[in-house]
Amino acid sequence: MNWKLAITGVAALCLFVGVGTLLSPASVAQDAQANAKTLKPAASFQSIANERERSVALFQEAGKVIQHPRCVNCHPATDRPLQGANMHPHQPPVFRGDGGMGLPGMQCTTCHSAENTPVVGQADTIKSIPGNPAWHLAPVEMAWVGKSLGQICQQIKDPARNGGKTMDQIVEHMAHDELVGWGWNPGAGREPVPGTQAEFGELISAWVKSGAACPAS
Amino acid sequence: MVTFTLNGQERTFDGDPDTPLLWVIRDFEKLTGTKYGCGVAQCGACTVHLDGMPRRSCVTPIATIEGSDVVTIEGVSGKEADAVKTAWAGLDVPQCGYCQSGQVMSAVALLQMVPKPTDADIDGAMTGNICRCATYHRIRAAIHNAANSMEG
Repeated sequence: MNWKLAITGVAALCLFVGVGTLLSPASVAQDAQANAKTLKPAASFQSIANERERSVALFQEAGKVIQHPRCVNCHPATDRPLQGANMHPHQPPVFRGDGGMGLPGMQCTTCHSAENTPVVGQADTIKSIPGNPAWHLAPVEMAWVGKSLGQICQQIKDPARNGGKTMDQIVEHMAHDELVGWGWNPGAGREPVPGTQAEFGELISAWVKSGAACPAS
Repeated sequence: MVTFTLNGQERTFDGDPDTPLLWVIRDFEKLTGTKYGCGVAQCGACTVHLDGMPRRSCVTPIATIEGSDVVTIEGVSGKEADAVKTAWAGLDVPQCGYCQSGQVMSAVALLQMVPKPTDADIDGAMTGNICRCATYHRIRAAIHNAANSMEG
């Protein structure tokens, strides 16, 4: 009897330790980290029966891309873009100018090329200068800095604040625009936005098809 | 092989296509007026004109300038360049001088685009050209002087 108790106790301890290992803060953090780098497939949201709730959930998943610094940094609320994962004001100080392409004498193309440009012999904190043929700031009416995901959602649906786009054009823009696509190919030393542009496009498409509902906040 | 124009003359480069334009200008063409400052487009010392626009040569792979026109401090010319040169000398703008070829290239480009710049125009265009001697007040005054000298 005592032996049985002892063995049960050891088994319980092992189970406890095992569960403890599975749910340790480190493993939870790892899961969260992996979750932040991937996108759930649009099809996986079919299990949400309520269409409105499904639509909100789809946009919240897409929000992992939309609210990433790679995207928000060039949707500034002021005339100055942000920079880096910590979203500091762009250095050197540059400003919107005509078409979001900078001021005379200091346009985006003074430094940014049509492609990401690796730099050599530099500190670990800078490995490349980002670039894209369409490099420019989003117009100020499309500013995302300081807005909640719900507010950004309403903004994206509003033709007065989305460049006059229909919802079909929004899907096309998110799924195929080259500068949007830069977020998944941001150059050495920069974290890409989660998932792939195709997965992101499918989330936005499913969101629109399910009524384009927005999160409350 | 990359072919481009440097200060009006056709040049070729057949080395590593990733070589920064700055290194080609300085090490291969031996035009050392254009300076290396930071290597990451943060200081402006390496500014040249690429197809008429200011460009940081340190972050410009040579392969990307096929067929382009490059002008350095040694070759910059025209009424804006003449006015800037005169204004710079008139105010003794440089202190140590290291950043000045970049400053001059940016100032000339600004005057080509905005012949009569305001202080805000100057700030906007020159913000990427750092001067450790802090000659900014003389740079601004010299650009105004150059603009005034081109009038009439």
